Amino acid sequence: MVGPKIKITESNYLKIKEICESFDNNPGELINVLHQTQSHFGYLPEEVQQVVADCLGIPVGRVYGVVSFYSFFTMKPKGKYAISVCLGTACYVKGAEKILDALKSELKISEGGVTEDGRFSLDVLRCVGACGLAPVMTINGKTYGRLVPEHVKEILAEYAE
Amino acid sequence: MDTIKLTIDNREVEVPRGTTILKAAEQMGIKIPTLCHFELDGLALENRPGGCRVCVVEVVGRRNLAPACITECMPDMVVKTNSFRALNARRTVLELMLSDHPNDCLQCPKSGHCELQSLAADMGIREIPFKGQQSQYAKEFSPSIVRDANKCIMCRRCESVCHEYQSVGAIGAVERGFPAVVSTAFGKNLTDTNCVLCGQCVAVCPTGALAEVDNTGKILRDIANPEVKTCVQVAPAVRVALGEEFGMPPGSIVTGKIAAALKAIGFDYVFDTDWSADLTIMEEGTEVIGRLKAYLAGDKDVKIPIMTSCCPAWVNFYEKFYPELRDYPSTAKSPQGMFGATVKTYFADKIGIPRKNLVCVSVMPCVAKKYECEREELGVNGDPDVNYSITTRELARLIKICNIDFNSLPDAEFDSPLGASTGAAVIFGATGGVMEAALRTAVEVLTGETLPRIDFEEVRGLDGVREATIPVPGVADLKVAVVYGLKNARTIMEQIKAGECPYHFVEVMACPGGCIDGAGQPYHHGDASIIRARHAAIYEADRRMPIRKSHENPEVQAIYKEFYGQPCSEKSHHLLHTIYFDKKIKFDID
Repeated sequence: MVGPKIKITESNYLKIKEICESFDNNPGELINVLHQTQSHFGYLPEEVQQVVADCLGIPVGRVYGVVSFYSFFTMKPKGKYAISVCLGTACYVKGAEKILDALKSELKISEGGVTEDGRFSLDVLRCVGACGLAPVMTINGKTYGRLVPEHVKEILAEYAE
Repeated sequence: MDTIKLTIDNREVEVPRGTTILKAAEQMGIKIPTLCHFELDGLALENRPGGCRVCVVEVVGRRNLAPACITECMPDMVVKTNSFRALNARRTVLELMLSDHPNDCLQCPKSGHCELQSLAADMGIREIPFKGQQSQYAKEFSPSIVRDANKCIMCRRCESVCHEYQSVGAIGAVERGFPAVVSTAFGKNLTDTNCVLCGQCVAVCPTGALAEVDNTGKILRDIANPEVKTCVQVAPAVRVALGEEFGMPPGSIVTGKIAAALKAIGFDYVFDTDWSADLTIMEEGTEVIGRLKAYLAGDKDVKIPIMTSCCPAWVNFYEKFYPELRDYPSTAKSPQGMFGATVKTYFADKIGIPRKNLVCVSVMPCVAKKYECEREELGVNGDPDVNYSITTRELARLIKICNIDFNSLPDAEFDSPLGASTGAAVIFGATGGVMEAALRTAVEVLTGETLPRIDFEEVRGLDGVREATIPVPGVADLKVAVVYGLKNARTIMEQIKAGECPYHFVEVMACPGGCIDGAGQPYHHGDASIIRARHAAIYEADRRMPIRKSHENPEVQAIYKEFYGQPCSEKSHHLLHTIYFDKKIKFDID
């Protein structure tokens, strides 16, 4: 006869609180809060959204509504190195799908997946605003342009540790 | 007033500035179809997202069609509500919606009351030209509400009522594009969210996406079972609404027909929740007097304001959102709960059967009552005090299933000894009623004198927040508040938290206007005049009663003499009072 319990570590809890406080716990800043929270944790699992909701004083449904609406936000953990392949019109025309296929076969994962060792995750997005460099992909924010499938192996090797 | 002139369908009209095309057309007798738009006039409940595009009209000179529900009239505007272009667009919008809507109207719980269905009929839809993807969500059950997301048309009325009106926020739009749907956070069952099961989402949903859990089958089975006896209780607000389901005008008082119908259905004992509403006043009133006296004598620990606890959605609300303040509401069970506890002890003994062989059913204007029945603390060893509850709508279905001609039924009386009631009990059905009933008893007890007038007009009405000062000679000026809508209740809770609540006694109901617009009542489709008619009928029913004060109810006096001793006695504490739990979401931090 008690309410539900949400498990979370103290350091994570305090970090989210700190981010929310930096926006004065203003519910109008929800998207900015989620941006910072995701860039810290890499993703936005349920318990993180619960704490955000609690700090901003809004129902968790509001938070989940925003997280599930924008494809930028994710509830799945990302790899250490998050790869995003642009499938916007320009990149698509310039053969982005072949780049994506090369990544899939090299990493042995599909879109939205994470490699078993947690090193890489693979996602697609629509346009990073670098159409002049099409086709384009980004790894943790670093942009790689004018790609051909043969480049994939050597780029991944840069992240081999 | 600043007014403007415009032309709608070749007729000139003058309206106040700020009027929408929809409203302007309405006053000319032109009914532009709507779907997402919802408004309960004067009860502060509205949804105007301008999202469904069913109400589009042509505005001469404007490039695109205008949604009439959110487009304001402009001077010299020329509007055509039924031009070929507007009619075509409307039809296409509807056809697209129907292309992803299950075609199972025959089995749908909203069939006959579905706004999408009547719109399709009105527009003469005979085939759907679009074939495409179909949503494939599983049905979801909670103790009170069934959700079928395949029937959701994203009008978001439920979201407005849940977030804005009730300040709960359990359901809302998630995802985008084709998968966009109204859902709980993380797709959880309603039971695992902060949902308080008020059911107002069901009351405003235009389709079968949200409906009540149906218990009519259980009743038929139990009545046919020779091993058990069945008894039924009927809540106050049911008697001013059920008639609507049988074509009677809103506000028809059908108390006698309900008793007759329940007997015809085959219940062994047909009792009245009004009886236990009077009992509630005895218990809660005594608690109010006790706390108030202690408070006025300077006791710092006593919790003031005392708050009513009849409304099950309100109970869920403070358990989930304000558990730290759960000592403020009265410990008195709801009338449904008091009835159940009495019938399964006193009455089962009286007729000489074990409690588990007596099935107690309640007819409520409410869907949250279904959950209240399932509360473990309101039962004994897994046998609930009230086995289950049905809504006013389910009772109407049951009457039809049992081929009873409701309209021609001669009036019958409720059975004794749990059937007599007073005017104070029937007003429980409207906002302010519990307060007024409590005042009729408490003021007489406090002053020891007969009230010169028993109509406490100052706590009546249909405003969401009402306050009044009731002078109690020789005691105090009693400051009271009556609120409905949980957002208004939240304001009071925040006042208490801040130590700034000026009231002694507060009544809270979750639904608009109180139980008369409970989520189990016949659908009103946004017609506030129906709520007003029910409201007037409640007070008319009160006026018609020969006895109008709870403490003068002879069958309530009898149960104290025979069974409970006196209000707030040890026995009544055990059977008629309850405890509340802390059900707030907690963080387990390590």
